[in-house]
Amino acid sequence: MARKLMKGNYAAVYGAVLAGCEAYYGYPITPASEIAEAAAELFPKLGRTFLQAECETASINMVYGAAGCGKRVMTASSGPGISLKQEGLSYCAGSALPCVVVDVMRGGPGLGNIGPEQADYNQVVKGGGHGNYRVIVLAPNSCQEMCDLTMLAFELADKYRNPAFVLTDGVIGQMMESVEIPEPVASLPDKSSWAVKGDADTKNLINSIYLAHDELEAWNNRLLEKYRAIERDEVRFEEYRMEDAEYAVIGYGCISRVLRTVVDDAREKGVKIGLFRPISLFPFPKSAIASLPSRGIRKVLTVELSTGQLVDDVNLALGGRLISDFYGRVGGNVPSASEILGRISQLYGVKI
Amino acid sequence: MKGAVLRKPGGFNDIYKHKPGADKDRTHYCPGCGHGILHKLIAEALEDLEITDRTIVISPVGCSVFAYYYFNTGNLQVPHGRAPAVATSVSRANPGSVVISYQGDGDLAAIGGNHILQAANRGENITVFFVNNAIYGMTGGQMAPTTLEGMKTTTTPYGRNPATDGYPMKVAEMLNSLYAPTFIARTSLHDIANIRKTRAAVRKALQYNMEKKGFSIVEVLSMCPSNWKLGAVESQNWIRDHMLEVYPLGTLRDRGAEVAPRVRPRPELDPARVRETLGLGEGSGVKLERPKETPVYPNPSVRIAGFGGQGVLSAGVVLANLGLEYGYNVSWLPSYGPEMRGGTANCSVKIQDGTIGDTEATKPHVLIALNRPSMEKFEPIVASGGTLIYNSTLIDVTPSRKDIRVLAVPITGLADELGNTKVQSMVAAGAFAAATGLFALDDIIRLLPSLYSGEAIVKLNEKAVKAGFDFVRGIKS
Ligand SMILES: Cc1ncc(C[n+]2csc(CCOP(=O)(O)OP(=O)(O)O)c2C)c(N)n1
Ligand code: SF4
Repeated sequence: MARKLMKGNYAAVYGAVLAGCEAYYGYPITPASEIAEAAAELFPKLGRTFLQAECETASINMVYGAAGCGKRVMTASSGPGISLKQEGLSYCAGSALPCVVVDVMRGGPGLGNIGPEQADYNQVVKGGGHGNYRVIVLAPNSCQEMCDLTMLAFELADKYRNPAFVLTDGVIGQMMESVEIPEPVASLPDKSSWAVKGDADTKNLINSIYLAHDELEAWNNRLLEKYRAIERDEVRFEEYRMEDAEYAVIGYGCISRVLRTVVDDAREKGVKIGLFRPISLFPFPKSAIASLPSRGIRKVLTVELSTGQLVDDVNLALGGRLISDFYGRVGGNVPSASEILGRISQLYGVKI
Repeated sequence: MKGAVLRKPGGFNDIYKHKPGADKDRTHYCPGCGHGILHKLIAEALEDLEITDRTIVISPVGCSVFAYYYFNTGNLQVPHGRAPAVATSVSRANPGSVVISYQGDGDLAAIGGNHILQAANRGENITVFFVNNAIYGMTGGQMAPTTLEGMKTTTTPYGRNPATDGYPMKVAEMLNSLYAPTFIARTSLHDIANIRKTRAAVRKALQYNMEKKGFSIVEVLSMCPSNWKLGAVESQNWIRDHMLEVYPLGTLRDRGAEVAPRVRPRPELDPARVRETLGLGEGSGVKLERPKETPVYPNPSVRIAGFGGQGVLSAGVVLANLGLEYGYNVSWLPSYGPEMRGGTANCSVKIQDGTIGDTEATKPHVLIALNRPSMEKFEPIVASGGTLIYNSTLIDVTPSRKDIRVLAVPITGLADELGNTKVQSMVAAGAFAAATGLFALDDIIRLLPSLYSGEAIVKLNEKAVKAGFDFVRGIKS
């Protein structure tokens, strides 16, 4: 298997190419632009489409069109661009179209800055557009996972006919790591039962209109069933040194890398602490988090690059059995391991 | 009524199965509405041109939102105004198909104004049928960009006032200022003669589409009796008496004869070709044995800092690449924050056998400081027992830490001696190798051709690595 040193953003495009993504429609925005640039470089070499759209609204609608034609298709953006894509994403979800969106989060609100943040959590994980819908959300914490989870996102999107997000941040997107490149997919799923192909056999319709109230309610219920199935079958998370832990830190994406170091450093000082890292944010690893207290966890600290978005879901999952403590930094600041260790020792009175 | 219709044109479904309610035979359009007439002209053209089976119709948001009830084609219903963006990717996904974007004037000229402009400017191989009825039909008669001066709508109850609401927008003329479009015409549906001209324009536009000759649009002046609050015949007369002078009819552009057909490449999905294109299978071509001597730091974390332009980031990339070739897990993290633009830069590199946690080198085993501010900033965080390599050409103070090994290396000076300040990064890499024993000099040199192109450049960098390496080995002995 080939190993390459590459940026996270580049690894996501590798994942897309390997997954058989036929088209990329995007609009530049830091820190996601390298994804568009890498796609512009690689896609045409394989006869695949790269197009720089006029805006994010256009690019997500181009994604809608290509997905409606049964193609594996992707776009990527960051905060302000994701906001603009929400209308189109709602249409993709409402028409049950599989597609992949990479969000390399930056600082907000407004124009904010280009530093790393995790402030798009709510607008992505909760289905940020109008209507009752969810998107599948995967949160890589390494360049390897940028590649692997992008491939998985295509698979899950097709499996459930639903948009899937790779939710990442400027740190993961712009750092480089060694990446083991997986094998390209050998065959793509057959979508001719529903996709529009412009031929005599598949005169299908892609549509999200249900005029009759009961019909629309029934459609919403079918979507809900799908989301329940996703919640049942697609939860992904990682635990590190949790076996005998009394304290747990929870975080996803780049901050989970810092938390791993936090755990190692605190363990050296004899503190029984472990890391719980959600990999899928929708579906959220609810029951795994709910079971932490019964597994002997006495304290939970959620760390995020936002002002309290992930921690809400952690606390919902904990259901009052424990209340998670919270530590968040924003504006492009990533807390260091020693900063978090300081917080832990202050909160829990442990010597680190 | 039903008996009077002998046969629907072949472009239509016989039965409008997607239409709710009992009546699956007639359209949902108001009596006297232009949409129904234009639909029929399109459906007849699809049949006559024998393209019904390879046409895809994009239904917009507006009264024609239900166009998909009628056309016996592939259909996509899309968000308000976005039809040209969707049509763009649909036509690229199915280059053999005829893709039609059907849009009203609110849809096309207001909310979708930029999308139509950009799709036209790209010369997408799509046909746009643009229904200009000077009003928002579906939402109950609000002002459109095409509403005439003085015209009363529900949102211009005193008449459209150009001073506050602007002027009627002339879409065909606007698009005619672009280079790419192939065919632009404006026609009307207000009498038989003009319906015939519309029929011809519809066919010409579709013909070019079939021939893959790029972007064609027909703007069609169309009656909206319901919202104009006029009868069917009065509405036709109203177009004649009021709209024609603002929106003159005719073919504004016909470049069909001179445009070459567009050929789109076929996407390549064969795994072998994908692997080959991504350069997989052989890595960089060099796989290295780790040096026999035990490195000073088995899993080093490294910080490299200096001015922007001193090659700080690329020095880190070289170390990470070497680590990769020796089979380590490696990470490289560029510095963030305002200092990136302010002229200083730094990066963290980790080279480890196990899983790498935090990728920031917060307690580096090795610091390479290329300028004084960087040394002052990072010297305090070097791990006890670590190594500080500092650029003695530019740094005129001595580090104060006593618990670390300090190596003064004239990095800039050594690079300058080779006649190129740019090779500082390779001097630094050589110094790092000598100081840590992690990389063998020969291995770095073997790797250079995969990092740089051009024999002269490779040779120069080779000298630079050697200079840094030898200098540090000289200090040690
Ligand atoms: C984002 C969004 N904004 C507003 C609407 C409401 N809306 C539906 S149709 C329409 C205007 C339709 O007018 P036009 O495009 O002229 O088509 P017509 O109905 O006259 O054929 C509007 C504003 C919508 N569906 N979506
Ligand atoms: S409202 Fe106007 S445009 Fe809409 S169907 Fe009726 S007449 Fe036609």
